[in-house]
Amino acid sequence: MSQPLIELREVCKTYNDGQPNAFTAIDGISLALEHGRISALRGPSGSGKTTLLTLLGCLARPTSGRVRIGDEDVSALPERFLTELRRQRFGFVFQQFNLIRGLSARDNVMLPAFPLGQPHAVLSARAQALLERFRLAHRADAPVEWLSGGEQQRVAIARALINDPDILIADEPTANLDTRLAEEFLQLMAELHADGKTIVLTSHDPLVLDSGLMHRIVTLRDGRVVDAQ
Amino acid sequence: MRTWLNRQRLLIEYTVAALGRRRARSLGLLLTYTAVVFVLASVMLFTHALRQEAARVLAHSPEVVLQHLVAGRHALIPADYLERIPRQRGVREMTPRLWGYFYDPVVQANYTFMATADAPPPGHILIGPAMARARGVAPGNLIAWRAYDGAVHTFTVAGILDAHSELMSADLVLLGEDDFRGFFNYPEGQYTDIAIAVRNPREVRNVATRLSEALPDARLILRDEVLRTYAALFDWRQGIVLAILSGALLAFALLAWDKASGLAAEERREIGILKAIGWETGDVLRMKFWEGALLSGTAFLSGYVLAHVHVFHLHGALFRPVLQGWAVLYPRFALPPEIDPLQVLTLALLTVLPYTVAVLVPCWRAATTDPDAVMRS
Amino acid sequence: MRPAPFRPLPSRPRPASTYVLGVFAALIAAFAATFVDAARLRAERAPHTQASIALTARLGLTDPVLMTEARYLRHPSQADLHAHFQDHPLAFDLFPGGSLLPPPRHAHLAQPSATAD
Repeated sequence: MSQPLIELREVCKTYNDGQPNAFTAIDGISLALEHGRISALRGPSGSGKTTLLTLLGCLARPTSGRVRIGDEDVSALPERFLTELRRQRFGFVFQQFNLIRGLSARDNVMLPAFPLGQPHAVLSARAQALLERFRLAHRADAPVEWLSGGEQQRVAIARALINDPDILIADEPTANLDTRLAEEFLQLMAELHADGKTIVLTSHDPLVLDSGLMHRIVTLRDGRVVDAQ
Repeated sequence: MRTWLNRQRLLIEYTVAALGRRRARSLGLLLTYTAVVFVLASVMLFTHALRQEAARVLAHSPEVVLQHLVAGRHALIPADYLERIPRQRGVREMTPRLWGYFYDPVVQANYTFMATADAPPPGHILIGPAMARARGVAPGNLIAWRAYDGAVHTFTVAGILDAHSELMSADLVLLGEDDFRGFFNYPEGQYTDIAIAVRNPREVRNVATRLSEALPDARLILRDEVLRTYAALFDWRQGIVLAILSGALLAFALLAWDKASGLAAEERREIGILKAIGWETGDVLRMKFWEGALLSGTAFLSGYVLAHVHVFHLHGALFRPVLQGWAVLYPRFALPPEIDPLQVLTLALLTVLPYTVAVLVPCWRAATTDPDAVMRS
Repeated sequence: MRPAPFRPLPSRPRPASTYVLGVFAALIAAFAATFVDAARLRAERAPHTQASIALTARLGLTDPVLMTEARYLRHPSQADLHAHFQDHPLAFDLFPGGSLLPPPRHAHLAQPSATAD
C-alpha cells in the first residue's frame, strides 16, 4: 500500500468561523488511509469523529489544511465537483439510515444514481440485484418505513453501493442494532472488504472495535488524534 | 441528449413518487387547481366569443335611436316628432318603433313585445325560441295573456323565430301594430322610440348633434357608443364571476403557497439526504421544478379543455345561474368559438408560473445548504 | 463488487413517470384538439350569425338577450338615462345581473339634459 487513498494534512474544521459561537471540531489532524482497508474512528461523543468523517467523505470542506482523494486535492474543489466525486467514489451509510420515507426500498436504492441519467430499467435491475444480494428482494416494493431496523440498514448499504463506489463511509453503523444484527453488519463489511472496498466507519461499540476486522483504529479526543494504530 | 432525457425522466419519477405519498392531498390540490382554471377559462372563452358575436350582430343595429325624455325619464314619442325629424339635414330614413315589456305570471318571465310591419295576420304572433321553451308551445298553439288593463287577449302562435338568431330573439314576441296597441292600450299615433338612418355614416355625430339641438327633450343613442359600451361590458377582466372568484382565488393562493412554500421539516431533511448521496443543487431544483410544472400544467390543460367543452359544447350551462338571475328565460346560444391566443397564453402563464415559482423558491434555500448537515443533525 | 446474479425481474414495475407523462401528453393533445375543434365549430356556426344579423337589421334590434329580469338588463343601451341609479347612486342592485353592468356611459353623448347636473 504505497499511495494512501485518502490523505489529510493539517486539517482544521471550524463551525461558525469568526462568530462568537465559533467552534473548532477538528483541530489540525493529519491522517492517511490506505486503499482496501477497514478503518475505524473512535472516541467519545463530541470528539469530532463524525466531522472527520464528513471531511473524509467530501461532504464538507475543511476550514484549513488539505484533503487528497487518490492524487486529487479536493480541499478547494467547488461544490459541483465535490458532488460528482462523492457520487462516483463514495457510498454513505448514515447513523439514522436516512432513507426517504414513503418510497419503496428499490426506489431508495436507486436514488443516488438518478442524476447520472441511466435508463430506468437498467437502474431498477441493478437495484434489484443489490437487494437480492442483501436478502431483501421480497421487500423491494415495500415502503422503507415498513422494514425492520436491520432491513433498513441493509437498504441503506445497498443504496451506498448502487453507483459502485470504491470507498464506503459508515457513521455509527451499529448504534441502532442489536448484537445479532451488528454481527450480521460486520459480516457484510467483511464481504465488501473482500470485494476490494475501502471502508471508513465511526464507532464506539466494542463489538465493532474488538471484532478483529478493523485494520486500523484511530482514536480522537477534542478534535485531535490521540492514538492511530 | 439521451442522458439528459433519462435524467429528467428519473427526476420526474422521484417527483411522482414523492407526490404519491400524500395522494389525497396532491389530488385535492390538483382538483382545486383544475376547478379554478376551469372557471377562469370558461369566463374568458365565453365572454370573448360573446363579445365578438355581439359586435358582429350589433353592427347592423340602428345607427341612431331617438327617445323622448320627460323629467329625465323615457316617455312616448309625441306625434310632432315624426314630422320634425325628417326635416333635419342628413337624415336618410326614420322608422318609428313600437315595443315594450310584458311580464308573464304563468312562467314568471319577462318578454319583449315588438310590433313589426311584416308581422303575421291579426291575432297571430311570432315568438322567440327561449320563450317557446319556457311556455312549452309550438306553432298553432294558443296563448292567452291578461294584459295590463285586465282584459284577456288570446293569440295564435304563427311560428317560432329561427333558433340560430337566439342571441337576439330569445324573448321576442312579434305582432302586428294593431294587436300591439290593443294589447297594451297604447295611445294611437305615439311610438316607443325612433330608429334613424343617416345619409352619410361619417356624419352620424353631426346629425345627432343637430337633432338634439332641434329636439332638446330627446335622447339620442348612437350605435357606435352602444358597441363601445358592449365591448367594455364583456371585457374579460370584468365580470361578476371574476369578482366572486377572486375570494376563492385568494384562498387557493394561500393554500398553494402554504403547501408549496411551507417546506416541511421532513422535506428539508429529504433534500439534505439527496444532496448527501450525490444530488447536485441543480438536480434538487430540477426535481422541484418538475413537481410544480407537472401539477400546475396538468391543472391548466385539464381546466382549459373542460372549459372549452363547457362553453362551446354545453353552451356555458354553468353560467346559467349567474346570467339568469331571477329570470326564467335563458338564451341558449351556440357561439362561434373565438379564441385569442394571447388570452390563452396569459391564462397559462398566470396559472402555471406562480405555482411553479412558489414551489421552487423556498426549496432554493434548502437545496443550497451544506450536504454534511444531514450527518450533523 | 462480487458479480451479483442477474435475473430478469419477475414483475419489474413500469416507472410511474411513464403513466404521468402519458397522461400529460394526452392532455397536451386534447389541448391542441380544442383549437382544431374551435376552428371546426367556427366554420360550422359562423353562417348562423346571419340569422341574427338579418333579424337585427329588419327589426332594428339594439341589444342581445342576455338577461331579461329588468329593462335595464334586457336593453342596457335603451334604458332610462339613470336606470342604473334608479333610487340612489349607491343602491345595491336587486338582480345579480345588475352588478355585471357598469353605469351607463350615455352621459358622453351630445346631451344637454344629461350634463345639466
